[in-house]
Amino acid sequence: MVIERGEIVTLIGPNGSGKSTTAKLALGVLDADEGAVSRKLQLNASYVPQKLKLHRNLPLSVTRFLLLTKRAEKRQVADALRATQTEHLADVQMSNLSGGEFQRVLLSRAILSSPEFLVLDEPVQGVDFNGELALYKLIEDIRNRLDCGILLISHDLHVVMSATDRVICLNGHVCCSGTPDAVASSDEFKSLFGERAASSLALYKHRHDHEHLPDGSIRARDEDLAAVSSNSVDPFANGNDGDSGGSDVDFR
Amino acid sequence: MGMMVTVVVLMSIFDDFFSRAIIGGIGVAMVAGPLGCFVIWRRLAYFGDTLSHSALLGVALALLFEMNITISVFAVSVAVSLMLLSLQKKAMLSSDALLGLLAHSVLAVGLVVLAFMTWVRVDLMGFLFGDILSITIFDLALIYGGGAVVVALLIKIWRPLFAATVSHELAMAEGIKTDVVNLIFLVLMAGVIAVAMKIVGVLLITALLIIPAATARRFSNCPEHMAIMAVAVGAASVWLGLRGSLEFDTPAGPSIVVAALLCFVISLIPISMRHRKQ
Ligand SMILES: Nc1ncnc2c1ncn2[C@@H]1O[C@H](COP(=O)(O)OP(=O)(O)OP(=O)(O)O)[C@@H](O)[C@H]1O
Ligand SMILES: [Mg+2]
Repeated sequence: MVIERGEIVTLIGPNGSGKSTTAKLALGVLDADEGAVSRKLQLNASYVPQKLKLHRNLPLSVTRFLLLTKRAEKRQVADALRATQTEHLADVQMSNLSGGEFQRVLLSRAILSSPEFLVLDEPVQGVDFNGELALYKLIEDIRNRLDCGILLISHDLHVVMSATDRVICLNGHVCCSGTPDAVASSDEFKSLFGERAASSLALYKHRHDHEHLPDGSIRARDEDLAAVSSNSVDPFANGNDGDSGGSDVDFR
Repeated sequence: MGMMVTVVVLMSIFDDFFSRAIIGGIGVAMVAGPLGCFVIWRRLAYFGDTLSHSALLGVALALLFEMNITISVFAVSVAVSLMLLSLQKKAMLSSDALLGLLAHSVLAVGLVVLAFMTWVRVDLMGFLFGDILSITIFDLALIYGGGAVVVALLIKIWRPLFAATVSHELAMAEGIKTDVVNLIFLVLMAGVIAVAMKIVGVLLITALLIIPAATARRFSNCPEHMAIMAVAVGAASVWLGLRGSLEFDTPAGPSIVVAALLCFVISLIPISMRHRKQ
């Protein structure tokens, strides 16, 4: 798999399927047993981990936390907090934040210093419904504004399918990958997430029942979806032996 | 008249070793404060215990090979901390069990080795509980020279070390060389143990690291503030402890720790009242 600048790639898959592990491999936190990871030299990466436990014995305000690994001006800190509606928390201690606030602050920290590569491991867990939509919108904005590559891990299939350039479906190995449409209609996806998930996605997509062709014409999209998917998706591209370790990962 | 002169001369000598003790103690508090904060943040209390107890082995080796004790203790501490690091990576035991096991074993080994060396007479109490009142000008130079190096290095790696303390994975993901800063931190710990041994002895070094930092935690809401507060509390404890040991004729090292404990207990009071108001 390759992640380029300006692209949102989403990893989906059941619990324990290796999503977080793949993200850590990409960031160089873990070393691959098999396969190779190559990263751009001096890559300015930012990371929102799936879980981050801060002990109460750390005296750490939100502002100081934002400046943990990178330097920035006061104004930039304020902007980053405002983007996630947490500017009122600037001086609060991290240990006093609620779960959703904590998650928003994590996202603020990640977007602070114009990263080239952003890894978001379930970034909106515990965020309220309105906030969730706003944060996904923010993630798209960030991609457009900073032109950074984003590796997103999410269980929100609806959002994944609407705001992502490429979806990679993991289950110990790369199960299927491709454009959201192609993945959603693939058999691997259906067998992994069940017929219901697939059909509820189809329902959601009801409004997008046509396709814009390169020449500007519009083509209705119906049964030939399956055909499209089998062309653009290469299921088991990296082998289905239950081990994605052999695949190469490339981040530019 | 003659007696008066003798008393005055005695007083000035007395003043001298006492002020040396205070200056040395405050020097140690200055490095123990910020490092103690990291010991608390990283939950390394047991690790500090193991490291400081291994200092006795350093003493034994120094006597065996007729080396400088401080340098020998430093070398042994570095070696032990590297060993602990590799053990923690491989071992099946949880690290607190491993350290709990080692903390007292290394102390016992040191004591046994010293007992075997029948040809040297050692002031065991001095090594276990410190011998601050016998501090020499050379010791002072060592404390301040070594202390300056430790503080300078610590300031240099402060930001990355703190980031790695908050989250190892986060720091690593965002390009911080966590291995390097962690290694430097271990060497600094060994340095502090080597210089602090003279002041409070191997059994009480961890107390000098932890208690002032824990006291400072109550009053600080940013890491740098906590480090500076820990220095202040440590220095106050040294001063109070030494004064007390003079007043009540108690051993100096333990008196300093008791003074630090008193500071900690006092620090608890206003916070609990503040909580009730909120
Ligand atoms: N391809 C693989 N090779 C080796 N180990 C793997 C692989 N995939 C997953 N694992 C192991 O499975 C465990 C769980 O993986 P991980 O935490 O990445 O799951 P996840 O997809 O993030 O799950 P969740 O949705 O619960 O967050 C880890 O211990 C990881 O080492
Ligand atoms: Mg995960």
